[in-house]
Amino acid sequence: MSFVVPKESFNGKVLSVDFGAGDKSLVIGGDSALPFLAFEGEIPNKPVIAHEIQDCAPDDWPETVRNEYKDVSGDPVTWAKHCQDQLNAKAIALRLVSTHPDRGDRSAEEASQTIKDVLAAVNIPLIILGSNHIEKDASVLVSAAEAASGQNCVIGKAQEGNYKTIVAAALAHNHKLIAMSELDINLAKQLNILITQMGFDKEKLITDPMCSALGYGLEYTYSVMERIRLAGLAQNDPTMQPPIFGDVGMYVWKVKETVAEENEVPDWGTLAERGVAWETLTATSMILSGTNLLVMRHPRAIENIEKTVDELV
Amino acid sequence: MIIIGEKISVIAKKVREAMNARDPKPIQELADAQWKAGAHFIDVNIGPAEEKGEDLMKWMVESIQQVVHAPLCLDTTNASALEAGLEAHNNEWGRALINSTSNDPERFPILELAAKHNAEIIALTVGKGGLPADAEERCGIAAEIMARAGEYGVPMEDIYLDPLILQVCTTQDQAMHSLKAIQMFQELNDPPMKTVVGLSNISNGVPKEMRSLIDKTYLTLLMYEGLTAAIANPLDKDLMDVMKTTEVFLNKTLYAHSYLDM
Repeated sequence: MSFVVPKESFNGKVLSVDFGAGDKSLVIGGDSALPFLAFEGEIPNKPVIAHEIQDCAPDDWPETVRNEYKDVSGDPVTWAKHCQDQLNAKAIALRLVSTHPDRGDRSAEEASQTIKDVLAAVNIPLIILGSNHIEKDASVLVSAAEAASGQNCVIGKAQEGNYKTIVAAALAHNHKLIAMSELDINLAKQLNILITQMGFDKEKLITDPMCSALGYGLEYTYSVMERIRLAGLAQNDPTMQPPIFGDVGMYVWKVKETVAEENEVPDWGTLAERGVAWETLTATSMILSGTNLLVMRHPRAIENIEKTVDELV
Repeated sequence: MIIIGEKISVIAKKVREAMNARDPKPIQELADAQWKAGAHFIDVNIGPAEEKGEDLMKWMVESIQQVVHAPLCLDTTNASALEAGLEAHNNEWGRALINSTSNDPERFPILELAAKHNAEIIALTVGKGGLPADAEERCGIAAEIMARAGEYGVPMEDIYLDPLILQVCTTQDQAMHSLKAIQMFQELNDPPMKTVVGLSNISNGVPKEMRSLIDKTYLTLLMYEGLTAAIANPLDKDLMDVMKTTEVFLNKTLYAHSYLDM
């Protein structure tokens, strides 16, 4: 008797979302099977990794990753061009850290200028992230959406406390939107419903169920992402079909394993390799759980994931 | 849970008058309202339609599908009217459902139409004689219909078995027999047979203000037994809310605070 591979097929499908303008634009999602199980359905697009840059020097990044950008990170435009031209980045995620009240409190106007400058300097798609300050993001991301009007950017993150103004701005300026909730599938669904009830197409939405680093709750993130994917595919729940976003770098490059000096923890091996390994392993788990768009920091970790994706596809 | 909207029926005066006058507007409005309320199929009950049945069913199907992008459940005992409806049916939004065949030899040609037009079909588990006494008798009849459907070339997955719900006010013990039948029907095949009920039969004859309560309470029990579809009133918002809530308990839909809006 010959062995027949059991196959599961689903009625639902992950929505395809395109972002960026011109010939460098990208598409994520469109999957009708669980991650990398292409024999069970279609997986038309690979997960995309965006290189993270920020609008001020990355003083809070640990040395391992900060050093990688030491010659370019003083200026977001130079940094963006470096990622595009030297590192072959497919996309850039610009985090507006300095707009945070505790990190410089730069104005929405200043942030808009940075966005315009970066957009003028690169032609790969841009993801624009706020400083994750609920009130400040509500004004910063509205200006950001306007500054990037017509560029089909991804902006975020819209959260329960500020989604209304951000959704309206993304709608008005025709951007894609990241909706973030805090590690709870029911809240993720609820936020997607509230956003679509404002007239925002679910086809333009990306879900961020909140990332975490290996050793720091990654199993919760993994499980929520996997359940979102199953709800979208197996239950054909239209509110759970947007692609999934994973903000990997910011969670990884602050945990002890990526920061602790070798003399403090001699058993843990080389700090430089440890950090890259930590980001690589976290991101690998994310792509296996169904993440379609990742934001990462270390060039070598990004290379590792792109290679893994190519091998798995 | 599949809801088959029951409101377009020759029994309703407004619908009957619109049918006779060939006035599409009231029928289209009723179809549209049911569709927007969440009906997956729109039932089109033209009764026996002895005069110009073919013409009437064709006109009904075309009028409704002009406004509603959903499959229809064609409900008539007139086989040639049924065939005219199947020919007119637009399958772009799903295949038509025939309501219904049974174990009565007079209804066998309907199976042939289902096979010929690639339609799904409801099979009432009653024969030529009296009503079935219990779940076991319903299963026996179901097995006979399934065997016959096989002969006509109707796939098992295209059949919805209907235990025939009887009114609780006069045949109270039948409520449990029908529930048990829903559970037993599924075991007659692998993959499990699909099931359907005419839900409002349960509350026939009870005071009007109690009907919705009785319908929706019975629906939760039916859903727990694995019911696939119900011919019901999607404009009864309470009923639809109870259905959605039951689907949450059954893990068919994912909870969110706004689940009733979906």
